[in-house]
Amino acid sequence: MKALRYAAIMSMLCLCCGVAMPAVAATTDAAPKAKAAGTQVEIRNFAFAPNTMTVAVGTRVVWTNRDEEPHVVTSAGKQFASSPALDTSDTYAVTFTRPGTYAYYCSIHPMMVGTIIVQ
Amino acid sequence: MRDSDDNTSPGRRQFLQCMAWAGAGTLWLMQGGVLRAQALTGQGARDAADASFAFVQISDSHIGFHKAPNMDVASTLRASLAMVNAQKVRPDFLLHTGDLTHLSRPDEFDALAGIMQEARVDKTFYVPGEHDVIGDNGAEFFRRFGERQQAGGWYSFDHRGVHFVGLINVLNLKAGGLGSLGADQLAWLKMDLAPLSASTPLVVFAHMPLWSLYPEWGWGTDDSAEAMGLLRRFGSVSVLNGHIHQIQQKVEGNITFYTARSTAYPQPAPGVGPAPGPMKDVPPEALHRYLGIREVRHVRGSQPLALTDEVLS
Repeated sequence: MKALRYAAIMSMLCLCCGVAMPAVAATTDAAPKAKAAGTQVEIRNFAFAPNTMTVAVGTRVVWTNRDEEPHVVTSAGKQFASSPALDTSDTYAVTFTRPGTYAYYCSIHPMMVGTIIVQ
Repeated sequence: MRDSDDNTSPGRRQFLQCMAWAGAGTLWLMQGGVLRAQALTGQGARDAADASFAFVQISDSHIGFHKAPNMDVASTLRASLAMVNAQKVRPDFLLHTGDLTHLSRPDEFDALAGIMQEARVDKTFYVPGEHDVIGDNGAEFFRRFGERQQAGGWYSFDHRGVHFVGLINVLNLKAGGLGSLGADQLAWLKMDLAPLSASTPLVVFAHMPLWSLYPEWGWGTDDSAEAMGLLRRFGSVSVLNGHIHQIQQKVEGNITFYTARSTAYPQPAPGVGPAPGPMKDVPPEALHRYLGIREVRHVRGSQPLALTDEVLS
């Protein structure tokens, strides 16, 4: 029981430390709440996977960098705050509170593009 | 047009070039727009004696990177600078063609600046890589390493009859695009080159390749063709880039394009594997064969620049 609680605390700590906080923006809510882990986008081999994702309003989308290279999640239309440099295993979260189509890219490898459709 | 590079294509000449690189290095002679390679031998020393001046290009030191295949990029940068210091002809200056740091962090810039002081040269010119401008559009980079000639960070200078141009192609990148120079920089470049005679040798340097080397991996610059249009009237143009961590070359008319090795880690040849990034499986004892510096010698009154690539082995 004690071990279980320790594991739970550790995993929450990891979650809090690993998630970078974006600056204030209308559609972002990066407070790393203890609710469901959110919808995941993997950054691997210089690509966002899935490349296009449709989510419900209020969904928290979490990007995780699996590359050795750093990447930066950047809104194409400045609709949400850019991530800081995401090194290997770093994550970044944005909660999408309004419907719309959110095109984004990596600001340092701009051929990497992705889209979040919020319904 | 002829391409030659670090990692691809068979052929005896290619094999001999590779053999040379694995040894003491290769002397590149550019004659009439065509490159000739030879191993660094007594011939190289004679050419060095004839040179009116030399400079060295280093690139992609990625201070802050600490993973396979290089856990200590500071040491390999130091080894590169030791090689610079050991050159028989003391270079007039260094060019660092970007990605000084891995993540644009102040402590990484501090470390880079400290190590660069070990180079026994009077001056180092820098242009930023995309790793140097994360989060602040290069404000910290330009504060520390900028030449402060133009608001956008680009600059030019003349050195013993050669006109040097440092361009910035890692800012204001567009979603889905490649490197970018932008209208303001191109307008400045046109003005900067306008008073020069066509016989002035030009050296143009920037981080990302200024030609479409491998756009699928982002290895190119969207509006480089416009810049090349401004350079075409000159008799001798050398374009020096970094970014791809390997030697690639192309001759197009009077314009010769070169990319340099990294002082930190190699990347795969274009299209080899699913994506660019560090070649993690290079064993430590083999790493130095993939890293290196480039020395450029200018012989006054003759068109060619001689390029020497040396590996850290």
